Amino acid sequence: MGDVTEPGVMIRVPGYERAMADSEKEAHESVMKISVNKLDFYYGVRQVLFDISLQIQEGRITALIGPSGCGKSTFLRTLNRMHETVRSARAEGEVLLDGQSIFEMDVVNLRRRVGMVFQKSNPFPKSIYENVAYGLKVNGMARRGLIGEVVEKSLRRAALWEEVKDQLHKSAYALSGGQQQRLCIARALAIDPEVLLLDEPCSALDPIATAKIEELLFALEGTCTIVIVTHNMQQAARVADHTGFFLLGKLIEFNKTDIIFKNPARKETEDYITGRFG
Amino acid sequence: MKSRLAWRKFVNGFMLSLTGLCALVSVSVLLVVLGYLGWNGWQYLTWTFLTHLPAPVGETGGGMANAIVGSGTLLLIAALTGIPTGLLGGIYLAEFGGKTFTFLVRYTADLLNGVPSIVMGIFAYTLVVLPMHHFSAWAGGLALGVMLIPIVLRSTEDFLRAVPMPLREGSLALGASKWKAIVTIVVPASIRAIATGALLGLARVAGETAPLLFTSFNNQYWSHGLNQPTASLPVMIYVYATGPYADWHRQAWAAGFILLMLVLVANIGARLILSRRSPALRG
Amino acid sequence: MPVPIENSSPSKAQGSKRALYSFFRRLRSGDEIAHLIVLAFAALIVLITLLLVYELWTHSVLPRQRFGWNFLVTSKWDPVFEHFGALPFIYGTLITSSLSLVLALPLGVGAAIFLAELAPPRISHGLTFFVELLAAVPSVILGLLGVFLLVPLLRTEVEPFLKATLGFLPFFQGQMYGIGLLAAVVILTIMIIPFIITISREVLLAVPVEQREAALALGATRWEATWRVVVPYAKTGIYGSIFLALARALGETMAVTMVIGNDPRISASLFAPGYTIAAVIANEFTEATGNLYLQSLIELGLVLFLVTIIINALARVLILLTTRQGTAHP
Repeated sequence: MGDVTEPGVMIRVPGYERAMADSEKEAHESVMKISVNKLDFYYGVRQVLFDISLQIQEGRITALIGPSGCGKSTFLRTLNRMHETVRSARAEGEVLLDGQSIFEMDVVNLRRRVGMVFQKSNPFPKSIYENVAYGLKVNGMARRGLIGEVVEKSLRRAALWEEVKDQLHKSAYALSGGQQQRLCIARALAIDPEVLLLDEPCSALDPIATAKIEELLFALEGTCTIVIVTHNMQQAARVADHTGFFLLGKLIEFNKTDIIFKNPARKETEDYITGRFG
Repeated sequence: MKSRLAWRKFVNGFMLSLTGLCALVSVSVLLVVLGYLGWNGWQYLTWTFLTHLPAPVGETGGGMANAIVGSGTLLLIAALTGIPTGLLGGIYLAEFGGKTFTFLVRYTADLLNGVPSIVMGIFAYTLVVLPMHHFSAWAGGLALGVMLIPIVLRSTEDFLRAVPMPLREGSLALGASKWKAIVTIVVPASIRAIATGALLGLARVAGETAPLLFTSFNNQYWSHGLNQPTASLPVMIYVYATGPYADWHRQAWAAGFILLMLVLVANIGARLILSRRSPALRG
Repeated sequence: MPVPIENSSPSKAQGSKRALYSFFRRLRSGDEIAHLIVLAFAALIVLITLLLVYELWTHSVLPRQRFGWNFLVTSKWDPVFEHFGALPFIYGTLITSSLSLVLALPLGVGAAIFLAELAPPRISHGLTFFVELLAAVPSVILGLLGVFLLVPLLRTEVEPFLKATLGFLPFFQGQMYGIGLLAAVVILTIMIIPFIITISREVLLAVPVEQREAALALGATRWEATWRVVVPYAKTGIYGSIFLALARALGETMAVTMVIGNDPRISASLFAPGYTIAAVIANEFTEATGNLYLQSLIELGLVLFLVTIIINALARVLILLTTRQGTAHP
């Protein structure tokens, strides 16, 4: 039902409950939050993504897996146009958010709606409170009095509130790695994004911190569309409804997680899943 | 073979000592400077010196209060003209620049940096003193300010570039526009270092005499307003040290002591601050 | 830096539509304004430099018209009869700067070698710190020490000694005032040593470790490895530091004018007083009567400016060549 086990190793995520059966989920309105069509990506003259087409379903968790350097992070960063920080980067093709091209909308507004959490946590050199409040202030989103409420709510959603509620004004750097990453998630959630992009958020964390983050992803399901890039297949199998397998800049296969892991259509997928490479 | 090796070892040791001697000689000059100034300057440093105006020529006594204040005024003008230009220019180079224009700006800044300070004085003279028909603090301050620009520019650009990419990306991903990301995250992360760089620059121009000789000139009295010739410590030191009166010489020592102490304290302080980098910049 | 995305495949209209959206968004959010502001200040820096050259040029018109190139080779500097020749100052500047380089070079490079290669790290750090502080000492303060410490020393001890031992040479003859070219040379040496040390040291430290290790692995002593491998590798950069020090010495004003005697004559003896370009400008600028006089001084400034610019540019190229190279050296 979604627990893929390595021989001898089985990780149960505490509190994890897939309450809805697959068929029930099917009954829910499947709206495509993000629709990608024939996306090509270049760094200068070098092409790194080839003809990517996929649909991200609203309110669900979608995972992108594949060996290092296969382009999944590059793809993720295109979804909120973060690639524009690199001069030579060029994206061609169609990427729609709720039917509207992301390249034609205001990029600042896009990034408010599509939030991102990076591989290595990058809290600002400010207090915990200021970190979470940053997005609100910069976007002019909350009146002074309400900021405190939103900060608390975001920290709760990120399962960090209990641990930091008495030290909100301490520097963010005083937190542990796992806490910093959850802080970054809280910071991203504070501006109430419709989509949350996570680029290998647990790669620098220990299993317990990883488990906590996976827990909170489940809690977010339904209210937020989540796209997570991970090199950890078990994680993809644990959390995602849909999974896409990238290889050398191409999207080899994209389907429900169950199918990808239990009955892959392509040989490359099967080879990767079974660990024959990557 | 053995004697050859012994010779080589001897040369090795000898050269070690010789080069060490070179280093020691170089450092000892500084110690001589400090020593002499400390000794002579300290004894002639009186309260009168700090608070009185210069006595009429030939008479003993008096002080350099106007020069101390004058130096402060000139530095203030220099800071107000040079620091914003260097800071904003540095932001341009680090955050916005296009390839050719960046090269041009950096090249001209390096050029400015290499201009002899006396020539800078000529520049300020033609630009300010000639049209105004008299010496002024504006002219002196401007000369120092222009000298300050390349220093602040360089350090601003370097320290802004040192701010790690993850911090910038973090703010952009939250929907900050480019200038907001710069103002709220990038500059604050490096502000301590930038300020220190500016401080070092100020310390450097504080000791400059040549550009002031015919811009702010000198003044035996208080300057009333910035449009008047203004006394300054370096110029006073020059005038008094090369003058004929023993009392003047004493005062030159005292003034030199103050100036040197200010410059050294600023330098040492700046280096200490810079060597303790904040966690954000460690990336 | 965010850059609008180019999309070449769909129609051109779409492309320009995106560019327009992008521009308005940037304008509204203040990005474009911020860009313009910082661009303006950066441009201001370029403008100031151009203005500097312009002012120097236009305010030295008279002597150029009157004397032309002769200005540079005439040795007469007579304000009363309005004959202005730059030769004494050029001579004084060149003599003092080059001699100080000759003295400072072995001391500076020797010290740099010690600090970069041979000294234990803690000593190296500490001494380098002091050297950098020396570089921060203002010129007028060194001039102060020059007047009250160096000049008497030269007059009473050093110059008699030199005269007694080397008096057969024309350089060490004549009246011994203490004040004069020799004093200027010593002061300049003190001022440029820190530059040679700090830059040479950096350049030496930039030599790849592998070079040093290769030499040592072949059985060289530390000195041999340093002198035969590391220093030649860093040769270009050290030349660069020399040029930089030279440029600095040429423009040095206060310390020099306080000890050089300020006499526009050309003499072989180092004991004699002399004059440099920077010193004469410092001394006579405020006393210059008449435009020709003033503009002649400004033309001197222009000459100094051009020479320092060229030497600085050369220096930077040399240093850049060394610190950037990772493989073979020229």
